[in-house]
Amino acid sequence: MENMKEKMEGLIYLEDGSVYRGYGFGAKATKVGELVFNTSMTGYQKILTDPSYKGQIITMTYPLMGNYGISDIDNESGGIHAFGLVIKDLCKNPSNTNCVKTLDEWLKEQDTPGVWGIDTRKLTKKIRTQGTIKCVISSEGISIEDAKRICGSQELRGDWMKEVSVKERTSLGEGGCCRVAVLDFGVKANILKSLMSRGCSLEMFPYGTSAQEILDYQPDGIFLTNGPGDPEEAKEAVRETAILLRDADVPIFGICMGHQILALAAGGKTYKLKYGHRGGNHGVYDTETKRSYITSQNHGYAVKMESIMLGGMEVTHLNLNDGTVEGMAHRELPVFSVQFHPEASPGPNDSQYLFDKFVTLMKGGKNHA
Amino acid sequence: MPRKASLNKLLIIGSGPIIIGQAAEFDYAGTQACKAIKEEGIETILVNSNPATIMTDEGIADKVYMEPLTEEAMEDILKKERPDGILAGFGGQTGLNLAMALEEKGILERYKVKLLGVNRESIEKAEDREEFKKLMQSIGEPIPPSIIATTFEECHAFVKKIGYPVIIRPAYTLGGTGGGVATNDKELELLCQRGIENSAIGQILLEKSVAGWKEIEYEVMRDSRDNCIIICSMENLDPVGVHTGDSIVVAPTQTLRDEEYQMLRDSAVKIIRSLEIEGGCNVQFALNPDNGEYIVIEVNPRVSRSSALASKAAGYPIAKIAAKIALGYNLDELKNYVTRETSACFEPVLDYCVVKFPKWPFDKFRTASRKLGTQMKATGEVMSICRTFESALLKALTSVEIKCDGMRIPFVSNLDNEGLMKKLAACDDERIFCIAEALRRELVDVESLYEMLRIDRWFLNKIKGIIDLEKTLQTQPLTKELLYEAESRGFTDTEILRLSGVPREVLQDIRIYNDIFPVYKMVDTCGGEFDAATPYYYSCYDGEDEVQVSDEEKILVVGSGPIRIGQGIEFDYCCVQGVWAIKEMGYEAIIMNNNPETVSTDFDTSDKLYFESLHIDNVMNVIKKERPYGVILQFGGQTSLNLAEKLYSRSINILGTPYQYIDLAEDREKFCQLLGEIGISVPEGMAVTTQEEAFAAVEKLGYPLVVRPSYVIGGRAMQVVYSDIELRRYLKEAVSISAEHPVLIDKYVQGKEIEVDAVSDGEDVLIPGIMEHIERTGVHSGDSISVYPHFTLSQEVEDTLIEYTRKITKALKVVGLVNIQYAYDGNKIYVIEVNPRASRTVPILSKVTKVPMVKLAVAVMLGRKLKDLGYGTGLYKKADYYAVKVPVFSNAKLTNMDMALGPEMKSTGEVLGIDTNLSRAVYKGFLAAGTRIPTEGTVFVTLRDPDKNAAAAKTIGRYAKAGFHICASEGTGAFLKEAGIEAEIISYQQALSQIGEEIHILINTPKVANRPESDTFPIRRKAIERGLPVMTCMDTAAAFLIAISMKQNETKLEYRPL
Repeated sequence: MENMKEKMEGLIYLEDGSVYRGYGFGAKATKVGELVFNTSMTGYQKILTDPSYKGQIITMTYPLMGNYGISDIDNESGGIHAFGLVIKDLCKNPSNTNCVKTLDEWLKEQDTPGVWGIDTRKLTKKIRTQGTIKCVISSEGISIEDAKRICGSQELRGDWMKEVSVKERTSLGEGGCCRVAVLDFGVKANILKSLMSRGCSLEMFPYGTSAQEILDYQPDGIFLTNGPGDPEEAKEAVRETAILLRDADVPIFGICMGHQILALAAGGKTYKLKYGHRGGNHGVYDTETKRSYITSQNHGYAVKMESIMLGGMEVTHLNLNDGTVEGMAHRELPVFSVQFHPEASPGPNDSQYLFDKFVTLMKGGKNHA
Repeated sequence: MPRKASLNKLLIIGSGPIIIGQAAEFDYAGTQACKAIKEEGIETILVNSNPATIMTDEGIADKVYMEPLTEEAMEDILKKERPDGILAGFGGQTGLNLAMALEEKGILERYKVKLLGVNRESIEKAEDREEFKKLMQSIGEPIPPSIIATTFEECHAFVKKIGYPVIIRPAYTLGGTGGGVATNDKELELLCQRGIENSAIGQILLEKSVAGWKEIEYEVMRDSRDNCIIICSMENLDPVGVHTGDSIVVAPTQTLRDEEYQMLRDSAVKIIRSLEIEGGCNVQFALNPDNGEYIVIEVNPRVSRSSALASKAAGYPIAKIAAKIALGYNLDELKNYVTRETSACFEPVLDYCVVKFPKWPFDKFRTASRKLGTQMKATGEVMSICRTFESALLKALTSVEIKCDGMRIPFVSNLDNEGLMKKLAACDDERIFCIAEALRRELVDVESLYEMLRIDRWFLNKIKGIIDLEKTLQTQPLTKELLYEAESRGFTDTEILRLSGVPREVLQDIRIYNDIFPVYKMVDTCGGEFDAATPYYYSCYDGEDEVQVSDEEKILVVGSGPIRIGQGIEFDYCCVQGVWAIKEMGYEAIIMNNNPETVSTDFDTSDKLYFESLHIDNVMNVIKKERPYGVILQFGGQTSLNLAEKLYSRSINILGTPYQYIDLAEDREKFCQLLGEIGISVPEGMAVTTQEEAFAAVEKLGYPLVVRPSYVIGGRAMQVVYSDIELRRYLKEAVSISAEHPVLIDKYVQGKEIEVDAVSDGEDVLIPGIMEHIERTGVHSGDSISVYPHFTLSQEVEDTLIEYTRKITKALKVVGLVNIQYAYDGNKIYVIEVNPRASRTVPILSKVTKVPMVKLAVAVMLGRKLKDLGYGTGLYKKADYYAVKVPVFSNAKLTNMDMALGPEMKSTGEVLGIDTNLSRAVYKGFLAAGTRIPTEGTVFVTLRDPDKNAAAAKTIGRYAKAGFHICASEGTGAFLKEAGIEAEIISYQQALSQIGEEIHILINTPKVANRPESDTFPIRRKAIERGLPVMTCMDTAAAFLIAISMKQNETKLEYRPL
C-alpha cells in the first residue's frame, strides 16, 4: 500500500533507511531525534510537554490521537519538548469541556512537526525488535534523499538535561512543612505539585549547581528530578550528588533521571535499554510492601542491579515484566529513588505514597528506606 | 501467595438459562473458570441447568450436574460432593443470589464450604442499595441523592424533595429488570410498583437522574494482597439513561483527558478495595461533560457481560485470572497468557478501537416497545475491532445482521423529514441510523444533535465524517486515494459501489492495481510492546500484515454472530465443538466470529481467531488470506448458512451438504417435489407472491393455515391463521409480499411434533435421539417443552421416522448435521421442516446420549464414514433416563411484547430436567426454568374457541381436582360448566385487577396474538410482569399440572451428575 502514499508530505525516515509515509500536521518542519514509542492511551499533551522527551520523536501506539484536544491545564512544562509526533489517526474535531485548541493547532504553535496516517503498530514493532533508532520526521514534503542527508548530518545528543533545567535558582511554594532542594534536570510540573501539595516549599537549582550551594540552602530534603538524555552525560550532577550523598544528612529522593544519577553517584552503573519503558501500564513490585503497583514510565536507561549493591544501595522495586531495577534505597541513609513516575501525569496515581514517604522522612519520621 | 493448598475440590455455580441480561458471557466466563481450576489439579464440580453451554460439556469440569439451580438441589449436591469451596462469581446474578441464600441459611457452613472470590459482605455492600450508599459515603465517593424505598409513598415524598427526572432500580435483579426513568407522577407509580415486585427483596432505589452525562465503565481486578489493575475502560456512546447493555460502547474511553481517566481509575480502585473483592468487578460512572464532576452509578461484584466484552476487547482473560485469584494466587504471580512472558499484573493497552453494538429482538416482537431506557432489552451483542473508530463502528453495523451495508436502513431512509426527526428524538434501537440520515439530509448539525441527544460531540463528529465521506464518494471520482480512505474508514464494497456508481470491475481493478486489501493485526494486550503468542486477529487497512499463514491444511468455521432469539448459544457450542474436532482430525482450525460473549471467540479455542464481521466482504478477505481447504457453514446457524450461496458462487469449497441441496431444502417447491418423489408427505401448501394467489390457496387448502415468509430464522413472522381477516392482516402488516419475497402457505397439521437431529455421511445416518414435544404443532419447536426420548410414539412410528430421516438425508445428500421436524396427526407423519445445519437440540442430544454429534459431523465432512466411527448407524440406543427441555423466556423485560406461544419463537434460553422418571424430569425442568409453581390458589382460564374441547376440559378439571379455585371468562366459563366444572365467572377487567393478588395461575389460549388492544393481551402482560405462571397452550397447562402435583406431594428429587 506504500505506493499510494507517494504524494504525501509526511515522512518518517529511519537511520536504517526505512521510510514511512503519512500526512503532515502541526508545524511544517523537519527534525532529527531518537524514535521511541509510548503505549499510554490518554495523556498525549502531558507526554509532549514532559521535558524528559527532549530530543525524541514519539510514536503513540494508541491510534486515535487528539480526541480531547489541548487544554490549558495539562502542561507538564512551558511547552512541547518532544521533537515530533507520529500517530495513526488525527482527530480534527476534539471534544472535551477543557479543550481550547486542537492537537494540530497546538503543534503548529509549538513548532513541532507531526505525521499521521502511519502504521504505528508496525513502527512500534520495528522499535521493539531493533531498538530505539535515529529518525527524521518531516511534515513538509522533503525527499527521501534529503531525509537521508539530514539524518546523517546531525548527531543525537545525550546531554539534554543540561538544556532543559531551570536557568537560575527559583523558589516555589510557601509550604512550611519542609524545605526541599530540587536538583532540576527537566522536572515535570506534577512532581513539583505533588511536593507542594504536601506542604513543601521548593528551591529549584539549575543543572551544574555545586553541592555546597545546595547544602548552604540548608534543605530538609533533596529531590533529584526526572529529565532527558543519558545519565552518564550528566557528569557534573553525578559528581555533586556524590558529595551530597556523603555530606548531606537529609533525605534524598530521586525520580527517573534523578534515580539514575543517584545510582551513578553511589558508584553504580546505568545502561541503555533496547527500547525503554514508556507508558502507564507496567507493574512494579515493591519488595518492602510485597505489593505491586501500576506505574507511569518513561525511561530509556536503567540502573544495573549488581552495580548499586556495592554503593550501599539495595533494590526496592522491580519491573514485573523484565525484572529491571525500578527503585532502590540506601541501606542506612534516608536515600531512595525510583525509576518510574509516582507523580503519574499521565498515568496511574498508585505510587503517590512515595511522596508521602519522602515528606515523612524529612519530618524525621521513621519511614526509613 | 501461591494457591491455597487446602483446596482439592471446588464447586462452580453456572448461570442457568439464557435470559436477557444474562447470556452467553457466563458460559464464556464459567468455561474459563473451570479450565483455570482444573489445570491446577483441583477436582471441579459444575452445577448448571443450561444444556446449550460449552461449560456443561464433557471434559470442561470433572463432574457436571445439569440440575436446577435451587437451594434444595445445591444442598443435596454439597452434601454429596463435600467440596472445599464454592465459586459463585461466574454464574452471574443467579450464581451470586444462590450462593447468598446458601450462606444465609447456614448451608455452606454446615458442609464446611468456603465461598471463594466474593464474600457475603462484599455482595451485600455492592448490591444492597443502602449498604452501597453507606460504603460510598464512608470512602468519600460521590453518588447521586437517592433513597431506598419499599413503598410508593416513600418514593413520592422523595421526588417532591428533589424533583424529576428520577431513576428507579430494583435491588437484586438482572439486566435492570423493572427499572426505568420517571418524569411524572404516573410513570413514577408504575415503575415503583413494578420495581418493588421485581426485586428479590422488595427494595428499589430511587435516585436523581444524571441522564445525559457520559457513561463510563471500568473493569477492575484485585487480589488478596490488595493489588489492583484496570483491564479496560469503556465509554458508552449513548449517555446515561440507556442501559449499558443497550448502549453502543467503545473501548477504550475516547473523550476523557488523562486526568479524568485517572480520577475515575482511582475511584474504581478505591471501590474494589473497599469491597474487598478478590477477582473481577465492574464499576460504572456518570461523568458530567460540562464540568468533569462524576458519580458512581453501580458496581457489579463479579464477572459480567461487561467483563466478557472487556476480556475480548483487551485480550485479557478476566474470568481465568479471577478464578486463579480465587484459588489464592496474586496477580504478580501470574503470567500474561497472551505474551506468555510478561506479568499478568499490568494494565492492557489497546492499539485499536473497539465498538460493541447490541442485538435487539424487536424484529421478532413487533408489538414490543423499542424505546431504550434503563431496562436492558438486547439479547446479544457484537464487537468489532479496527484502527479507526469509523471502521469499528461500520464493521459493528454489518456484524449485527440487520442487512445493512453502511449507516443506512431502508425504514429510516424512507421516513419523511418530520418522521425522521420524531424517530430521532425517540431514543430507540435505530437511533444511530436516524443520526446518520438526519446529518445526510442536513436537517441537523452536530451542535443541535448534541443539544438534543447529549451524545458526545466526538461521536457525532465521527458520524458526520462518515456522511461527509459518503458525499465525497458520490461527487468525486473514485481514485485509489479515495478508495483507500473509504476502506480504512470501514465502508463496504456494496456501499462504495452504490455511492460512487462505478462498476464492480472498476473497483476491483483499482483495488488490485494499487494493492488495496485489508491487513490483519494482532490483539496482544500490550500495543506491540512485547512479542505475543496468541493468534487473535482483526482486519484493517494499514501497512503491515501480521498474520503468519501456515503450511497446514486449514478449515474455516464461520460462527453464528450475535445471540438472538432463535439462534442462541447452541450454535456457538457447535462451532466450538467443531473447532476442537477439526484440530483433532489434524487440521488447523480457524474461526471467524464477532460475538464477544462466547467461548468461540476465546483466544485459546481455535488455532486462529479472526474477530470479524461476517459480512461477505470480510469472510472472503479471510478466505483469500488463509486459503483454507474448506469452509464449514453448518455450525453457525442461519448466519453462516446464509453465506452459502455467496461462497458457492465464488467457488469456495463448502464442506458438508452441497450448496445445491442446502438451497433445495429451503426452496419450498423443489423441496416438496423431492419429498414427493421419495414418498414422504409434507403439509399441503404453496408459495404465493400476491394477495390474490394467497386467497386462491385458501380456497384449495382451507383454514387453519401456517403462513411465513421464505428463508426465516426461528420462525420469524410465522403465524397460524384461522380466518380471512387474520390472513389479510398478516399479509398487510407482517410481511411485504412480492415476487422476490414469496410467502409460504401451508395446511396446518394438528398433531404431535417430533424433532430428529441426525448426522449423515451421505449414505448412512445416525440418529442420536428423537425428541417429542409436549405442545402440539403450531408452537415453535424452540418454545416447546420437549422430551428425550419420545414417550408416546409406537415402534411403528419410530421406525417410520428413522426410515424417513434416512431417505431425506440421502435425497438431500446431507453430509454432516441435519435437523428435521415432523408432525404426526395420529395417522400420518408429515415433514414440516428440514434444516441442513446444526440446531438448538444438538448440544442437548450430544450431552444426554453421549454421542459427540459435532465431532462426527466434522469427521464425515472430511470424508470419514459413520460406520467406521464407532457409534453405529440408525437410531442410537436410548438412555435410561428422560431429559425434558423447558424453554425460558425473557418476556417480562420486553414491554408490550406478546408472550403467547405460537409458530414464532420467543424464548431466549432453555433448561434441562433430567431424571429416570418422566414426571420428575418434567418437575425438574419447571424448577430449573424458575417457574413459580403454586400449590394452591386460583387459576384464571380463558380459551379461544378451537380449544374449548374435551381435552381442555379434562385439564382444567384436573386443576380443580388439585384444589385450585377456577375462575373463567364468560365464554370459557360456560364451556366449563357444560363440561361439569365449576368456575367463577369474572370479567376481563376483574381478572386484570386480580392478577398477582387473587389469581395465581393464568391459562389463556389467545384468539390472536400481538394485538395489544385485545382483551386478554393486558392480562397476559400483567401476569408475566408479576411473575405468574402463564400457560398459553393447553398442552403446557397439562404438563404444568405434573409439576404442581409433584410439589403438592413434596416429592423428593435426586440430583445426579451426567
